[in-house]
Amino acid sequence: MSIPLTHILFVSTALFFIGTYGLFTRRNLITMLMSIELILNSVNINFVAFNKYLYPDKLNGVFFSLFIITVAAAEAAVAIAIIINLYRNHRSIDVEDVKEMKN
Amino acid sequence: MDASAIIFYLISAFILGTAILAVTSQKIFRSAIWLLFSLVGVAALYFWMQVEFVAAVQIIVYVGGVVVLIIFSIFLTHYSGSEMPKPPLKRILFSLLAVLFGFSFSYRIIAGYGFNAATTTKPFNVPVSAIGEQMLDTKKYGFVLPFEVVSMLLLAAMVGCIVIAMRSVPKGTSVQKQAAPIGANDGTNKLIPETKDLVIEDKS
Repeated sequence: MSIPLTHILFVSTALFFIGTYGLFTRRNLITMLMSIELILNSVNINFVAFNKYLYPDKLNGVFFSLFIITVAAAEAAVAIAIIINLYRNHRSIDVEDVKEMKN
Repeated sequence: MDASAIIFYLISAFILGTAILAVTSQKIFRSAIWLLFSLVGVAALYFWMQVEFVAAVQIIVYVGGVVVLIIFSIFLTHYSGSEMPKPPLKRILFSLLAVLFGFSFSYRIIAGYGFNAATTTKPFNVPVSAIGEQMLDTKKYGFVLPFEVVSMLLLAAMVGCIVIAMRSVPKGTSVQKQAAPIGANDGTNKLIPETKDLVIEDKS
């Protein structure tokens, strides 16, 4: 195996922090959801890489990434339903425009 | 450096470049398309790690499901060519600082940890039959309970999506009232009290 485990971990760490940057700078709900998808993908890469390099006789990392993918799909569907409901009430999906639950 | 390493670095450069474009592009539709490319790159990384099943699930669920859902919601909520306002410079600067600090911190920890290699020398191959058998196994190390829990979660999420996104009808205006002039007999006398008298008069 020519690539050490740490290089895959560097890639997934970089992907995680790119997603975090998007979560910090964006104020649009859909783009924030896209950043969350990037973060979840970096976690999945980590699970599969640890499974492949450290415990090649087990399958638990693969199962964890499969369940994370499922939960992420459910989360994206619920988030988009909430976004569409919000847009119907406010005509905007910017997080700064929603003030109902403040003070 | 052999071909496998070169392919790995190409895939990682593709993933990171398209991810950076996805979080910095000002047009939201282009941002979604860059996200799609980044997810395809992650699927390619799974293929490189020889977990073909996870790669297939990644393509089916993310590229075929989540990104299409995101693009649909963009079309429902935005004008397709519209640009988002740029974030203020202060916010960009500070989030860049925070992200760079976090990345260098994690880089130091990962580089200095020294993972001990696998104790077994068994090659890592993941046949789909092994995944299926362990997924539906009820004995030790079987994953049948999380499987059922996640299926209930998907059902709950589906019902919840329908309930949240359903257009709520305001009080007083029933849906059946619009259909009243077409067949003006039995269905209407519950809704509108005035027509009840008319119907009775017609019958007598």
